[in-house]
This record gives sequence, C-alpha cells and structure tokens, in this order.
Amino acid sequence: MIKGKFIDNLPKVYGIYTGGFLVFIILMAIAEQAGMSAKMIGIFFVAFTVFIYALIGYLSRTLQVDAYYVAGRQVPTVFNGMATAADWMSGASFVAMAGGIYFKGYGYMALLVGWTGGYVLVASLLAPYLRKFGCYTVPDFIGTRYGGNLARLSAVIVLTVASFTYVTAQINATGTIASVALDIPFNIAVYVGLASILMCSMLGGMRAVTWTQVAQYIVLIIAYLIPVFWISNKIGAGFFPHFMLADEVARIAELENQFGLGTIKNSAADLATVPKGLAGITKAHSDVNTTPWKFISLAVCMMAGTASLPHVMMRYFTTPSVKAARRSVGWSLFFIFLLYSSAPMLATLSKLSLMDPNLPTGIIGKSISDVQAIDWYQNWNQANLMFVSDFNGNGTLELNEFFMGGKAVVLATPEVAGLPYVISGLVAAGGMAAAMSTADGLVLAISNALSHDIYYKIINPKAETAKRLIVARVLLVIIGFAGATIAALEIQGILGSVIWAFDFAMSGLFFPLVLGVWWKRANAQGAVAGMLLGLISGTAYLVWVRNGGAGFWGVTQLTFGIVGSLVSLVSMIVVSLITKAPDSATQKMVDEVRIPSGKTVLGKQH
Amino acid sequence: MSKQEQHWEKTRNLLFVTLAIWFVFSIGIFFFATEMNASGIKPFGYPLTYWFTCQGSLGIFVILIFWFAGRQEKIDEEFGFTEREDD
Repeated sequence: MIKGKFIDNLPKVYGIYTGGFLVFIILMAIAEQAGMSAKMIGIFFVAFTVFIYALIGYLSRTLQVDAYYVAGRQVPTVFNGMATAADWMSGASFVAMAGGIYFKGYGYMALLVGWTGGYVLVASLLAPYLRKFGCYTVPDFIGTRYGGNLARLSAVIVLTVASFTYVTAQINATGTIASVALDIPFNIAVYVGLASILMCSMLGGMRAVTWTQVAQYIVLIIAYLIPVFWISNKIGAGFFPHFMLADEVARIAELENQFGLGTIKNSAADLATVPKGLAGITKAHSDVNTTPWKFISLAVCMMAGTASLPHVMMRYFTTPSVKAARRSVGWSLFFIFLLYSSAPMLATLSKLSLMDPNLPTGIIGKSISDVQAIDWYQNWNQANLMFVSDFNGNGTLELNEFFMGGKAVVLATPEVAGLPYVISGLVAAGGMAAAMSTADGLVLAISNALSHDIYYKIINPKAETAKRLIVARVLLVIIGFAGATIAALEIQGILGSVIWAFDFAMSGLFFPLVLGVWWKRANAQGAVAGMLLGLISGTAYLVWVRNGGAGFWGVTQLTFGIVGSLVSLVSMIVVSLITKAPDSATQKMVDEVRIPSGKTVLGKQH
Repeated sequence: MSKQEQHWEKTRNLLFVTLAIWFVFSIGIFFFATEMNASGIKPFGYPLTYWFTCQGSLGIFVILIFWFAGRQEKIDEEFGFTEREDD
C-alpha cells in the first residue's frame, strides 16, 4: 500500500489513520445503537487508541543516537507543528482549562492568552537559534554556550524540577481517565497510564514520541471539536459556534442576573457540606471580573514559562532546518489555536445547557428531587464530581446550590447536553491522548537531560552508543515510576501543578536561554547565578506564600515566576559584568548561531 | 559594518517590531479591559475584551509568527545567509 520512505508518505499515512479513526467512531456509534453498554464503549475507546500509540512506538524503535534524541532531524514543518501541539496541550489544556473558564470566567482566560502568546517569544527569541546550535537537549545548549559542567548541571536541575512537577500532573490525568473509563481504582490506574506512556517512548525515544504525538493530536482535536459543534447545533446556537455564540454569551449574563449571581452568597456552614474539590459558579461569565494586574501577571508567567519549558523547545531541534524551525512554531500555534479558541465556546455551551430553563437540559430552577433522579447526575455524583444541596430549603435547585468538579466540565458536558455516550467515550480517549502526549515529551526531556548531559557529558564521556541508549531507557523507566508514585499521592490539582511548572521553568531558565543568544557578554558565572538564584528565590517565595506569607506586588502562588525571573535577570547581569567576558571562541560561536546558513555549532553525532 | 553586523541589526529591529506588536495584544490592551468591554464595539457580537481573550489575541499571534518568519527569511536571503538544503 505504501512505497518509499516513511517521511515522504506522511500525509498518506496519517490520512489513512484519521479515516480509520473516524470509521472506528462510527462503528462504536452503531454498536451503541445495537445495545453495547456505556462501560464497554469507554473501554474500547481508551484501549483501542492506546494500543495504536503503542504500535507506533514499537514500529519507531531505533538504535541510533540522533534518531533517539532528535528524531534524526527530519520532521517536516507541519507535522512537527502537530506533534508540538500535542506535546504542548496536556491534561490541563484538554480537561481542566474549559473548567477553569467555566468557574472563573475572565480571570482564567489569561491562560488562553498566556499559553498562546508565549509562542511569539519562542519563534522570535529562541527556537531558530537553538536549532542552529544543533544541540540534543536544552542543557546541552546552556553547557556549550556558557562552558563548564556547573552551568550544564544547573540547567539540568531547573529542567528536572519544572518538568517533574509537570509530569506528575499528567500521570494524574491519565490515571483519572483510565480509572473512570476502565473502572479500576485510581492508584492502580496511575500505573496503567504510566505503562501506556512508556510503551510510546521507550524503544524509539524522540522518533517514537514524534510519530505518536501526531497521532495523538488527531485524536484529541477530533474529540474536542465534535462535542462543541454538536451541542451548538443541537441547541440551535449556530452551526459554527466560534462566530455565532454572542447571543448565548449575552443570555448567560442575563440568567446570571436573574438567578442572583454575586448577590446570593452561601454561608460557610453550608459550603462545609460540599465535597472537597467541587465548586459553584461565583464569577460572571463574560465580564471583566479581576484586576488588570492579576490577569496580566498570570499571562506574563505563562508566556515566559512557555519559552523556557525544555520539552517544548526540544521539539524544534527535530526540524530539518532553521527556516523550518521558525515556520514550525507558527504551525504549532495554529494547531493549538484550534483547541484554545474552542475552550471558551465549550464553557459557554456547557454553562448554558445547565442554566437555561428554556432548554430541556437546564437543571437550575427544577426541583431538587428531579435533578437527583437524573442518570448522569447520579453517575457523576458517584464519581465525586457533582453535588446539589437544598441550602435554602425551598425544594428547587438554585444556581448557588449546584457544584461541579473542574474536570467534569469537559468530561461530563456531552452527557449533560444529551449527546450519545459514544461522544463521552471519544472525549475520554481525547483526554487520554492529551495527557499521554505531554507526559511522553516530559519524561523524555528529563531522561534525555540526565542520560546525555549528566551521564555522557559529565560522568562517562567515552561511553559507547549502545550503552548511552541503554542508560537513557533505564532512566526513562525510573523517572516514569517516580512520577507515577508521586501522582498517586495527589498533592496538587492538575491545573495548579501545571501552572507551577511554568513558574519554575521561567524562574530558572528564561533569561539564561534568551541572553545566551541575545547578549554576547553573558558568561558562565552569570548564567549559573541566574539559574540557581532564580530557581531558589522563586521556590522560596512559593513556600512562603503557601505557608501564609503575605507576598508582595500582588504576586500569588500561581505567579511566583515573576519574582524568580527578576532575581534571575538581575543576578545574571550583575555577576556577568563583574566577572571576565567570555573568550573569543565563545563570542564567535554566538555569531555563528545568529545566522541560519553553515554548519551547526555542535556536530551531527556528539 | 560587516555583512554579519548589518544582518544582525536588521534581525534585531525585526525582533523589536515583533515584540512590540506582541506586547500590545498580550499585555497592553488588558490594562484597559473594563473600558474595552464597555466600549460597545462588538466583534461577532461578543463583548470586546471577551473576544480578544478567546479569539482576537490568539489569532493575531498566529498571524504574527508567520509574518515574522517571512520577514526573517527575507533578511537572511538579502545577506546570503539562507541554508542551502531546504526542505
């Protein structure tokens, strides 16, 4: 069926794959009509998609260093864009973001701006230059540009702290979905999620992760867009929701007034009866309900964090050229845009489905006992993600008496809106794809940094290829298990840990990376001071605020990267200026990096 | 000024323009969020600030990156720094 090189056949391969997946959805829909149980549909969706990813992972196995670390640097622009989008959009984007917007409105929409605006920084400040450098990992760039093992080691430390915080959240997300879809306890489901993640990355490293991520992107975007379009058409809101939901947004504002949002408050005693982790709507949907600084500081942290997260940056090491790296950033953002511009639409449709008494699905204003008798309410109540209680004792459900978990907004909306169960199964598969693809990228970023930068570059520079790749794989498994073990403890929610990861990365890596390209005078001492002092001060601020500290400048535990990165910038400049300028060889290397033509700074095999 | 210095100066100017546009739509306009929502300008019928956070700024970033990439390629070409083997 397919002749010639795999790379030349990519559009055909993924075209067939997409068609096959659509056929699978239709088959499941037919099976549902024929009486297949909801449980079986969920199991089929998750098991089938995970099996496909594992198969791709197996077929992409490799024994070559540059295939393992950078997919042989031959990933075409558009496909790298898709892979980056999957790498980027995690359980937080897919499962948690629409929920955040649903509950907090404008305040959390800073995430949309931050998680897209950061790509402008990636494209203009970093990606093309790091591609020209020819490194395998981000610490590889820091270590070579600044020179010395201390700089390399510091970069590995920051990378590990940020990526590890991030990966526990993703393994948590895979565990949540696997436990709901396969009906197994969460602390076992976490390891099932881990096993699927490792199957994709262990044998083929970056090459395998690239081709599974493209496959995962296709699943997750289909799974996100179908419910949005379907619900919009079903309730007659418009066939293209993104341009046609203005009336619905206005209607929500009207209903919020009618139901007394913001004027009727729950007493603390009433709220104490609500299960932990569930929330009601307390903020207006489309109003500006937060101070400019709060919005802007969160957006700034997410943007600078985007430009410092190693698992994103390393995707641009896999393109064939500098020019392709630049364009690939544009494609990445385009593919991300498709999902992000849909998230507020999903939040709108979800909220309206629940709130509007004119819709058959609306529950606000109905009697409490009627709501408690609804099938989907019972399911999600059992999963501890939905709760109603008659606080004022009038027998009907008020807006302030309905509570939901953040994850439920995406996962439960298809059911709430009365879509067939096959769509819920599809959404579960999409969430799994989103969390797995990001976890793969992160686990690989950490284990590559440890195997290439610590083991090969610092401990044993004479190691043979085979030995290096074995070390890389062993580390991959160890890090995966460590991540799963911590994920099973459930210390912080998905969205919270992800935001922390951005702040950690921004505190330690943003300025050392950017100044490495844009400021020739930056030297090793400055970079080490910038990375370590930035990370330490950011972490200290987080610990202080978490333990009841007042904070300053309105910087919260979600935006501590502002403090960390400022300390990093100042210390890096001061220390660089009071120590010796980099030697002429280093200066020449920076000049080399700044032009696209010519050889990469680091050789093909290093 | 050597060829390489001229190239870098143009590259840097392009960076400043790109970052200026980026700043306006990622940070600048959100200082005036309340005023924008109250302005009565309604793209596709949405309140203005709401529209910028869920579509406007995001779309502008996508276009901005492709525009930036195109301009940078022109600069590289002008000074003969384009890579030989392109995809």
